[in-house]
Amino acid sequence: MSGHHDDAPIAAQVRGLEALLEDRGLVDARELDRALEAFLAGSSPAGAARAVARAWTDDDFRRRLLDDANAALPEVRLSMGGGLQEQRLKVVENTAAVHNVIVCTLCSCYPIAVLGPSPTWYKSEAYRSRVVRDPRGVLAEFEFDPGPDVEITVWDASAESRYMVLPRRPEGTEPLDEAELAALVTRNGLIGVAAV
Amino acid sequence: MSRINDVGGMEGFPPIEQDLDETPFHADWEAHVFAMNRALIGAGVYNLDEFRDAIERMAPEEYLASSYYEKWFHAIRTLCIEKGVLNEEEVERALHAG
Repeated sequence: MSGHHDDAPIAAQVRGLEALLEDRGLVDARELDRALEAFLAGSSPAGAARAVARAWTDDDFRRRLLDDANAALPEVRLSMGGGLQEQRLKVVENTAAVHNVIVCTLCSCYPIAVLGPSPTWYKSEAYRSRVVRDPRGVLAEFEFDPGPDVEITVWDASAESRYMVLPRRPEGTEPLDEAELAALVTRNGLIGVAAV
Repeated sequence: MSRINDVGGMEGFPPIEQDLDETPFHADWEAHVFAMNRALIGAGVYNLDEFRDAIERMAPEEYLASSYYEKWFHAIRTLCIEKGVLNEEEVERALHAG
């Protein structure tokens, strides 16, 4: 994004407005730094990967996660709260027959609380417009082909309701423990543009 | 009538650009816009729904020409003026004073 055009003018505008808001006592520079730090500290899908690994190894947890993710997440030290307002999370499970993909066609709704900040492409008009019309084509751009017999379901998030994909456990991972399994899970897998 | 943000199914957008560095902010100003918005919502100047609405009612050509955090910055300016915490003149001055 920053490579597309010169950032200096907008950077100066942002500084100017921030100074004005600080002057009015509406924002506090130290508070901004603290908020940013907290946000960046949680900026990875490691928590969600933990939940996936637990679901792969504990079938009861998997069922609880699919039934009511908000209630099950504390079991792996996660919560959908912590942001500006708590949103409902629905976890959608990939199977041999169905592959799931998430999107927010209207803006950029994403389960930040468990996945960290979303990638820029997730917020792009290109992804939002096309994944609902041509999901297979979009997945091909990510070099992922779920197979012709697999049905693809696309979940469109809203302000109150977010989605996360529960990928299929890769074959041959039986000897791995929970932490090793969690390390296999990628952010793209949790969005549904990769297998895991 | 749907607004320009309602792009689901719309044709004509370029291929998806995957970012390999995966950093949440691509420039420092984006982080500042993010934090500023959080502070203003936290201070009760506006709420999340009003913020989203301010993005979604941008003029279509401006919406499509703006990057993600440019849209946020636009909405922050719009709402600070509409909510009466800043006036248009001082915002204009501030934008040129940074």
